[in-house]
Amino acid sequence: MSDVIGAPRVVVCEGNEAAAIGVALARPDVVAVYPITPQSSLVEHLSQMIADGTLRADLMNLEGEHSVMSALQGAALAGARTFTATCGPGLAFMFEPYIRAPGMRLPLVCVLVTRDVMSPQTVWGGQQDAMIVREAGWIQMYCETGQEVLDTVIMAYKIAEDRDVVLPVNVCCDGNYLGYGVTRVEVPDQTSVDAFLPPPDVNWHVALDPARPMAVDPLTGGAGGIGPRTFARYRKGQCRGMQNALHVIEDVHEEWAARFGRRHAPLVEEYRLDDAKYALVTIGSMTGAAKNAVDVARDNGQRVGLIKVKTFRPFPLQAMVRALSKVDAIGVVDRAVGFGWNCGPAFQETLGALYHTRRYIPAVSFIGGLSGADITETHFSRAIARTAQALAGAPPDGPVWLNEND
Amino acid sequence: MFDASTIPDDLSSIGTVLSPMLPGDWRSMRPVVDREKCVKCAVCWVYCPAQCIVEKPRWFDIDLAACKGCGVCAAECPHRAIAMVEEVV
Repeated sequence: MSDVIGAPRVVVCEGNEAAAIGVALARPDVVAVYPITPQSSLVEHLSQMIADGTLRADLMNLEGEHSVMSALQGAALAGARTFTATCGPGLAFMFEPYIRAPGMRLPLVCVLVTRDVMSPQTVWGGQQDAMIVREAGWIQMYCETGQEVLDTVIMAYKIAEDRDVVLPVNVCCDGNYLGYGVTRVEVPDQTSVDAFLPPPDVNWHVALDPARPMAVDPLTGGAGGIGPRTFARYRKGQCRGMQNALHVIEDVHEEWAARFGRRHAPLVEEYRLDDAKYALVTIGSMTGAAKNAVDVARDNGQRVGLIKVKTFRPFPLQAMVRALSKVDAIGVVDRAVGFGWNCGPAFQETLGALYHTRRYIPAVSFIGGLSGADITETHFSRAIARTAQALAGAPPDGPVWLNEND
Repeated sequence: MFDASTIPDDLSSIGTVLSPMLPGDWRSMRPVVDREKCVKCAVCWVYCPAQCIVEKPRWFDIDLAACKGCGVCAAECPHRAIAMVEEVV
């Protein structure tokens, strides 16, 4: 990475570098990180850009992720556009200020280079960390390719800072597979990004600013007085911001496509679904191999399609209902487990969406890709065959563990 | 002057007016000075964390609007001149 400012160009880079390029193009004021070894290479790329002078931002090397998220909150309250990246144990250590950021309505952007959660001891990819925090109030968008990571990081700032949203965004980038996967990536030029992404609009509503004296986040709630209705009003507003995000995410993706010529499904992608009898549901980078398996099954006469979830928070209910209404059986592939329901988390939430279709159809939970395991085209072909069996009337009793016999 | 009325009231919790409550409004124990025992040594004045000790001609007294009833003055008084008395409504 020598220079991100200039004419559009094509680079070959890992997903973490693609994310870093996207961050640099968004011109953050403050980047705060905990440089744990191994931190993902994402912030190494960013710190190099800052050292080289190609990115003019303050880099804060702090003593832990708890301090990182706290420092970014202060920076945002002072009006800064901010960035950090974390995963797994770092995200866990960040938790206390992490769950506070959405309620303070701070439009932070944080890439989760997703990772499975120990124990069993692991340093490898998986989406368990991101799935654990899916009720924290952050927007979550899961990417399929390195290109989508770069594009989504820039879009994330526009979504987060939209005045109908004003919420923090996690761009989820599958650890190992996207983070270290090296692909061709088109880098938009700075002038075009500047035209797409307005200057930071971060602290118009809550600020540490002598010119606008205010108490930030005073005590609310309690059993009586004005506390309970005050808390309920803010919480309801937070939920409204999340629902507003659904159309803002669509609008921003549409503008991105118009300006840069790359169209990413904003909420849910339907792949070969229109005449499908059944479908796989996927999330994140696994989708490429799944699409290949769908193509092969189609060549063999199977009427199978695919539904990819990009935006998982807020859950894209209407888009999922539209997609699910087209098929008579589904197999949902999760790169994480839901301990409460003995199935994958995306599976459980897809069942919630199915209720809104007013239809009862066979559904199979597939769990794969844990702790760095590869979900290959062969695994997806098995998942397709097993979903076809469920459609024919023989659903499995519990989740199907795709890598258990690898 | 900053006008907060333009900011939606369901966004981020902010406070732009002072609360009318004073620390004395939630006190459970009240310091009472025994004027006979007080020698005006000012130890209470030094130790009071809320700086609510008020000097009188012959003794030190308490600003009960500001005093939150922590009891530090009573604990530190070398002449046992301050007693903590339960507040009753």
